[in-house]
Amino acid sequence: MEIIKVNKNTFFWLLLAIVIMVALALVPAYLPDFYVSLLSSIFRYTVLTVSWATFCGPTGYMSLASAAFLGAGMYVTALLGETIPLPVIVLLGGVAASLLALLAGLASLRIKGIFFAMFTLGLSEGLKDFINWWEMVKAGRQGRLVISASNETIFYTMLGILVMTLFTSFLIRRSKFGLALRAIGEEEEAADHLGINVNAVKLISFAVTSFWIGTTGAITVTQFSYVDTQVAFSVFYSFVPTVMALFGGIGSMLGWILGSVVFTILTELLLTPFPYFYMLIFGTVIISVFLFFPSGLVGLVTRWRKRERVRPDATV
Amino acid sequence: MTGGIYALLAAGFSLQYGVARVLNVSHGEFIMLGALSAYSLYVTLGINPLVSLVIVGPILFPIGFLINRLLFQRIRTLAGSREVFEGWSMLVSFGLLFIVQNIALLSWSADQKGYSFLAFPIKVIGTRIPANRLVALSLAVAIGVSLFLFLVRTRLGRAIRAAAQEETGAQLVGINIHWMHGLCFGFGTALAGLAGVLISTMFTVSPFIGLPYTIIAIIVVVLGGLGNIIGSLIGGLILGLISSIVLHIEPSLELVVLYVLFMLMLLFRPRGIFGK
Repeated sequence: MEIIKVNKNTFFWLLLAIVIMVALALVPAYLPDFYVSLLSSIFRYTVLTVSWATFCGPTGYMSLASAAFLGAGMYVTALLGETIPLPVIVLLGGVAASLLALLAGLASLRIKGIFFAMFTLGLSEGLKDFINWWEMVKAGRQGRLVISASNETIFYTMLGILVMTLFTSFLIRRSKFGLALRAIGEEEEAADHLGINVNAVKLISFAVTSFWIGTTGAITVTQFSYVDTQVAFSVFYSFVPTVMALFGGIGSMLGWILGSVVFTILTELLLTPFPYFYMLIFGTVIISVFLFFPSGLVGLVTRWRKRERVRPDATV
Repeated sequence: MTGGIYALLAAGFSLQYGVARVLNVSHGEFIMLGALSAYSLYVTLGINPLVSLVIVGPILFPIGFLINRLLFQRIRTLAGSREVFEGWSMLVSFGLLFIVQNIALLSWSADQKGYSFLAFPIKVIGTRIPANRLVALSLAVAIGVSLFLFLVRTRLGRAIRAAAQEETGAQLVGINIHWMHGLCFGFGTALAGLAGVLISTMFTVSPFIGLPYTIIAIIVVVLGGLGNIIGSLIGGLILGLISSIVLHIEPSLELVVLYVLFMLMLLFRPRGIFGK
């Protein structure tokens, strides 16, 4: 039986993670409200990015359905509102997203590459228009009022979801499951011949990673007090995880986190004062990532460190 | 009625994907640029939108050509394989979408803009149709037919179809593939601009109209077969017909029906109706 090897390095990272988590948990007590909501946003985008990248990174399936999962979570809160306690709603939001992912996954098992991206984009846009139609024609309204939660509740819930997301992603990547996902990304047919149940692996990981996006949607919506389909299924949320993961570096979890943190801070600082310029910068960053540093921020750092290490040898 | 326009915008999209292999999410932004330019030309200089067609097309062509040269060409070499390039170029074009849209927002503001052009009804076979729709439709069909003839009859058109079919093979018979990519990308943006000018004669326009048109283009192209340029011309007409029928029965369900159709196509006939 394999025993998980705990070497010095993992111990260090574990300790660091715990210290960061404790520090974060103390934030609402000591820092002003602005930082609390900024951190909540960072958590939200990190969850989106890490969930997206855990499935899409190794397999190469580019899902543009994040908006659908997020929106599903938001609508769960909007529908159930005050009838049941918030933690249950949040979990149900996750369940709704997972079910949706399972259905979408089942339908799209056969399609690959750019077709999968288009299918998932069509799914979230189609769901948006369907719910919009339902609300307008059947229910006779445009949006819904939502229960609101305090900043601190949102903060701690998001922190919890973030920890769970990172943990899930870590487990998936460290297990045979993660290896199976990578094998699928390399060559799906070969993975199948190796005895990997390709369909089951794809479906389960897609559903599991979508769960946390759904919970995020369910808690995020409580800060809006009002939701309609334009907000809940905004196409922005479908592309943002992709961009953040690539910005940080698609190859590692550190890259995903780094990308989301840096990008969210940029977003929060620039979006409100200069909306048009922010989106202009957003577009420019996407393009320059591909042109100048395709391996992301992490790639830049590694390249820089390598150069540092080489330099003393070169002078000898 | 809208079928002609759909065919036009899908044909441009299809040229870009079929030959340059760029799934151009920013396609609709060039439609928007065409529409807003036609509006400004009409309102400030009093230029007839039909004249704007001749101005907008030739301006957008070199822009598209340069975008391919400066952006997608480099990414093509960086990406290596075709699958990687398709994913990357789609994301890059998403970046382009934001850049173009926000430049438009900064220069035109976010309001809905419209002008009235040939807004009187004409009687055609019993029904009354606004004259501008009739003109737009017939022009769209004319442009579509000339594109079709260009692709089928001329040497350059044949070279483009060859490049769409088999890149390496086309290079072997002496076709400059980079030149083809640039040409098709330019043609794509120019066609988008033309469609935009025609759209501006019928509907109000704003910097936000791009993405919905892109999505319609994607749906049409999947219907007609991804990369099949002639298929997408016909697919546009079919989709226009379907959406008119749905509009007649239950107007607010139009897009939902289109999406359902789109997903069914992807699931059961990803090669399109005319695919092998």
